[in-house]
Amino acid sequence: MSPVRKPQARLRYSKVGKLRFTSHRDMARIWERSVRRLQLPIAYSEGFSPRAKLSFGLALPTVFESHAEFVDLTFNELIEVDPLPAQLTEVLPIGITVTGATALEGKVPSLQECVEATSWSLFVDGDLDELQAWSQDLLVADELLVTRERKGKSSTDDVRPAVLAVDVRSNSDTDVPAAVEIYAELATKPRALRPLELLDINTPNLTLKRGRRVNQFITPVGARLDPLEIGAAAQAVHDMSCAS
Amino acid sequence: MRIGWSRSQRASVADAGGAILAGMSSSLWDQLEPLLARVEKPARYIGCEDGAITPEYSEGVVSWLMAYPDTYEIGLPNQGLQILYEIVNERDDAVAERSYAPWTDLEAELRAHNLPLFSVDTHRAASDFDVIAFNLSSELVYTNVLNCIDLAGVPVRSDERDHTDPIIGAGGHATFNPEPMADFFDWVGLGDGEEIVGDVTEVVKAWKDSGSTDRQDVLRAMAKIEGVYVPSMYDATFEDNSTGTAKLTAMTPRFSDVPEVVEKRTIADLADWPYPKNQLVPLTEVVHDRLSVEVFRGCTRGCRFCQAGMITRPVRERPADQVRTMIQDGLRRTGYDEVALTSLSTADFSGIVDVVKDTVNDDSMGCADVSVSLPSLRVDAFTVGIAAELTRGRRSGLTFAPEAGTWRMRQVINKLITEEDLYASVEGAFSQGWRRVKLYFLTGLPTETDEDTLGIAELGRRCVEIGRKYNNSASVTVSVGGFVPKPFTPFQWFGQNTIEELNRKIYLLRDEVKKTKGLQMKWHDPKATFVEGMLTRGDRRLGPVIEQVWREGGTFQEWSEHFDVTKWEDAMASHELDVEFFTYRHREEDEVFPWDHLNAGLHKDFLWHDWRDALNEVGLEDCRWTPCYDCGACTGYGIEHVVASATPPAGGSQGTGQDLAKGHEVSVELLGRPLSVS
Repeated sequence: MSPVRKPQARLRYSKVGKLRFTSHRDMARIWERSVRRLQLPIAYSEGFSPRAKLSFGLALPTVFESHAEFVDLTFNELIEVDPLPAQLTEVLPIGITVTGATALEGKVPSLQECVEATSWSLFVDGDLDELQAWSQDLLVADELLVTRERKGKSSTDDVRPAVLAVDVRSNSDTDVPAAVEIYAELATKPRALRPLELLDINTPNLTLKRGRRVNQFITPVGARLDPLEIGAAAQAVHDMSCAS
Repeated sequence: MRIGWSRSQRASVADAGGAILAGMSSSLWDQLEPLLARVEKPARYIGCEDGAITPEYSEGVVSWLMAYPDTYEIGLPNQGLQILYEIVNERDDAVAERSYAPWTDLEAELRAHNLPLFSVDTHRAASDFDVIAFNLSSELVYTNVLNCIDLAGVPVRSDERDHTDPIIGAGGHATFNPEPMADFFDWVGLGDGEEIVGDVTEVVKAWKDSGSTDRQDVLRAMAKIEGVYVPSMYDATFEDNSTGTAKLTAMTPRFSDVPEVVEKRTIADLADWPYPKNQLVPLTEVVHDRLSVEVFRGCTRGCRFCQAGMITRPVRERPADQVRTMIQDGLRRTGYDEVALTSLSTADFSGIVDVVKDTVNDDSMGCADVSVSLPSLRVDAFTVGIAAELTRGRRSGLTFAPEAGTWRMRQVINKLITEEDLYASVEGAFSQGWRRVKLYFLTGLPTETDEDTLGIAELGRRCVEIGRKYNNSASVTVSVGGFVPKPFTPFQWFGQNTIEELNRKIYLLRDEVKKTKGLQMKWHDPKATFVEGMLTRGDRRLGPVIEQVWREGGTFQEWSEHFDVTKWEDAMASHELDVEFFTYRHREEDEVFPWDHLNAGLHKDFLWHDWRDALNEVGLEDCRWTPCYDCGACTGYGIEHVVASATPPAGGSQGTGQDLAKGHEVSVELLGRPLSVS
């Protein structure tokens, strides 16, 4: 007999301004305190050191801002999801705005599992033509071998399949002091290609002036659904498997 | 490496703020932002905490920068700084912002880009403030203070500043002997700061309004504020002796309207000061990341090594209802699920049991249990009972501070924990599920013999034995620190143990500790203890020493990876000052101390008698519950203890009302004894 599934909600939020200097771990603590301030009936883990059940998606690098971060909350009782964005934005620090919420029905894959791709705006100082040529080279390449370190082990992989889109344009965001915006969509599986790793591939010594996560996409790749559209995504997966 | 701006750099750095002021914004944020992407833990520098205040600057207000001379993680939770930050910001005629010492990576970036120290609230240049006030909690931060002043673009020496520079002051326990820092501080506050900041604000405002360009005017006026000491208004006279071991003969005011003795400031009733009302909630990890509520100030346990207990007398308890309100409001506002009830010995708080019960049983938060932590616990069964009440979940480690390994030694230091109480506490802890016990000790105490030192190992061994009755993996850690004799304590006459002697004792003890499985030992670096001891009882001649250590890159001396004893020894040598004289020498009864013109409330003859009692191994009971010894802290200022309960706490009283003749006897038969809080 499986235990009764507790109600869950998925929220989308942005993280901009000075708050971009906080880390992923900092954000977890900030959210825990905010949820307690609202006295939401958040569920806690079992064990000696119970923790509020908040699960975050893929970590955003410290110093990056984001227009699309996600968190899943587990509650002890059913609560109305619609008021959550306004209520939480009120108690979260300035710079964090909750922009959407949806109740999760039944068993859904976690954010870590379901996000297949993320999109980024990387604002750099550089020569527009030179960088456009660089992006064309990337996209026509058959393979892009990159050597990366993880947990002390270095491995060389072909990251070309992870580069889903790259578009170099002149920067039109007046809040960001940079000449060029590199827009990129990068796959997260089997191993995520990080935006800074992308900038390391054959580029002339770039200084990243500002990095921003623009959005995150769930199954299947190319469906352009964000993690709040979990119902539509399930339908799309269903349609695909019926079609094949 | 030499650090510090050159004179011309300093001018341009100081102007950085002014130039920006002339424009639209007084914030350096746009220049700082690109640097923050390159440093470790940049969230330390952004401010944005819940509880942070964005002050409104208007014509004529006095602006304060409350500065903590160590990292944000250590400084942010400091309650003293937060209390004064709020009190100043509540005034119509003043504003306050905060600053913390930037870590070495950001300092390098700031210096490389000619940018000054800044506030974290609105990222305003430090030199734009009227007053910079440092929190001075210990001696090893002195070089960081100089670094912060310099980084602000302000001359480090008081006598080189002019009317355009901020007025630089300090408060906190280390200011009770500010003489080594006399060259650098324009003023220091002694004792409780709550009222001092208001008086200083008024004097500075009057000076600004007067249009005076003479710094002496404002310093002279400040010297008349109760609790404020202006070092430049006093002359130090030494014996006529050029050997570097000349004794201080007098500290004399230079003007007739400057007080001969500066009295500390004491607030009579903590109930009038329910601060912080809006405790800062940091966005990033800090030490003590929880709500703090101060339950009382002052302590009269009378531990003779403890400067905090001597200089903060009398005991002033906060009313239990106010404590409850501050806990409830604080938890709701901050979202914390942990509260620390702070004081020098929280189990002594009259309302402790009820407050703790009400807090852990409060369901109004609607979510997980609130946990309560009680730093600085007494060693007795009562305490273990409270601890059991608090930690219904995992019981990993419990800490006690017996401070010395034998009853004889504990009588000398007046830490009157009987063997019975100690072993009963440890048995209580292990029998109720704790698996690790940590015990704090001092070594290098007056009259300490090797038998006393080795007594620490023996005591630890017996604690392990007790623990093993309940748990095969029971472990005991003894943590040993070298003793530093502090001003305004009965031990101020005692010559500190040398580095070599402390090392000898520590290794002697370590070898003995090794023989017991389950007993571990940690110790504090005797070299750091030496520097702390040299500075804490030092006089004005140490100013150039501190300046040299700073100029040679000796910042963050509290951090073992940055501490460098050779810089201190070299600086002492190059100024022909004798380490033995300043640190290791026993002082005479009639010695003129560098802090004799300051008063922490304690009569010098009371301290001398207590010193003689110590040498005679005579303990002294807590005056909260017994007749007054006339130490001076109450009688001198016409104030008294504010204590809700007239009797010592139940179940343990550390000396008071106990038969001290039986202190060394162990008669513990604890098995099955209920340790409940009732």
